[in-house]
Amino acid sequence: MPEQATTYTPTELLACVAARLLEDKKSVFVGTGLPMIAAMLAQRTHAPNLLIIFEAGGVGPQVPVLPISVGDARTFYRAVAASSMHDVMSAGQAGYVDYGFLGAAMIDMYGNINTTVIGDWGLPKVRLPGSGGANDIGSFCPRTIIIMRQDQRRFVEKVDFITTPGYLDGPGARERAGLPTGTGPYRVITQLGVYGFDAQTKRVKLFALHPGITLEDVQANSSFAILVPEKVEVTRPPTVEEQRLLHEIDPTGMAIGK
Amino acid sequence: MEIIAEGQGELIGWHDPDENRQWIVEHKSRDLRDKRLSVPEAVAQFVHDGDFLACGGFGHVRVPMALVYEIIRQRKRHLIMAGKTAVHDVDILIGGGCVDRVEAAYTFGHELRGLSPAGRRAVETGQVKVVAEISNAGYQWRFLAGMMGIPFIPSRNMLGTDTLQHSSCKVVQDPWSGKPVCLIPAAYPDVAMFHVPRCDLYGNAQIDGILVEDFELARAARRVIITTEEVISNEAIRAEPWRTAIPFYVVDAVCEVPYGAHPTQMPYLYFFDEEHIGEWLELSKTPEGTAAYFQKYVFGVSDFAAYLELVGGGQKINYLQRVMHFQEPMQAPWLKNKGGG
Repeated sequence: MPEQATTYTPTELLACVAARLLEDKKSVFVGTGLPMIAAMLAQRTHAPNLLIIFEAGGVGPQVPVLPISVGDARTFYRAVAASSMHDVMSAGQAGYVDYGFLGAAMIDMYGNINTTVIGDWGLPKVRLPGSGGANDIGSFCPRTIIIMRQDQRRFVEKVDFITTPGYLDGPGARERAGLPTGTGPYRVITQLGVYGFDAQTKRVKLFALHPGITLEDVQANSSFAILVPEKVEVTRPPTVEEQRLLHEIDPTGMAIGK
Repeated sequence: MEIIAEGQGELIGWHDPDENRQWIVEHKSRDLRDKRLSVPEAVAQFVHDGDFLACGGFGHVRVPMALVYEIIRQRKRHLIMAGKTAVHDVDILIGGGCVDRVEAAYTFGHELRGLSPAGRRAVETGQVKVVAEISNAGYQWRFLAGMMGIPFIPSRNMLGTDTLQHSSCKVVQDPWSGKPVCLIPAAYPDVAMFHVPRCDLYGNAQIDGILVEDFELARAARRVIITTEEVISNEAIRAEPWRTAIPFYVVDAVCEVPYGAHPTQMPYLYFFDEEHIGEWLELSKTPEGTAAYFQKYVFGVSDFAAYLELVGGGQKINYLQRVMHFQEPMQAPWLKNKGGG
């Protein structure tokens, strides 16, 4: 067993858990921040041939240090191609991108994501950036992974605005809407645990708890009832090596912290 | 064809394809002629109040900032901005009072640096209206349809979401598969502006690194202004023709502006000036600070060269080049706000 870190931050744990979900020899659309760190960590550990794709056109880079955005020149450093949004988004729509990796401001029980507005769209209480490539990634990818902070204001019964499609209003809704078959949210990773989606109802279902977190913590930090399976896994803390790599990837601590 | 669903967003920048063809026939020259202009001349001639404007690049990468500042200096008003992952340009232009409406794919945020105070304040007080939502691929495909001279691009994104509900797209049944398909309308911006590393005096422009959506945007826009790090010879263009990303016949003006993307990043040349972006983010928290920023960096300087001196001149540029090439670590004022976990 590799040596486990004795102390670690919730952000470090999130990044490690996210990285471990990615498979070698698969492709992934990566968003800004923790998703980038997770993909870079996966590439430096169990998935050296993970094909990282950035929506602005970076394809298959060997990213040296954490980029500030998905258009930063670091996203096509030692890449196999520096192409275009049309190229990579078309690849996603055609079926070439296995995983999508997104952040979210708010999510509902069907995995629908809001990153557009809080309050009324016409005169919002808070204006958020909008879809960016998130709607596209969430529409096209067979397995979309969402990394976010969890509390009652972020895990909501109904999002103010569906920016990016989860399972919409339940089973069969994506297909009825015309979204590609076999696509949708796969995991939600928060500071409390990891969630999947129930095969029948398409609702958020607990998959694993982080060390020291209880079922009560999870429920107390959600406005909707979270489905709980008979057996709940416990996530593995970061190893010393993973922790070292995280800070090598993000030496200034802009996403992982100091 | 039956319309299954219809977005309620305002249709920005659309023309009947025949009308746009006619406009191109009448207004776009095929003549290889010298298109060099100064930045003030190019903006005065090709950017008008009320125009639908789009900038090349992505977020804080390869943004034509010399032109953006000049638009503020000339006090252009009532612009409609393409928020096509347009961040620093839209934020600064909103702060400068130049923008009334935005079609948003990704705007009002500065990625890891946080949300944008000026842009958000304008939207949350109703001073600037978001008139339509769209996704990044959706916006890019609006330009693809425009470039192709066709009315729309069918796609499989946005379906079932509020992004579609508030877009200008429609959903119909695909006559072949029978499945619902999204139709994304063409967009023809009145003006598109780009900063490139090299361009000849006719407007043949090369781009290093990712093209993002500049290939399509330049060909869809009615007017195109290029700023370039350097004007190179037509012979140099012809020696490596595969490098031409934007051809001369879509270009209306060429302005030579070294470091013209500052404070945004120019791939392979210079890094984001995080100190300067940080100063904007800090000052733009209040209307007074916003005004002070423009007084100092736009109205208070005669041109872009004077602005460059003000932000640190050759020493600053040298530092940004060194960060770009991993010879120095990045420093950013906003890093101190990033806690662990």
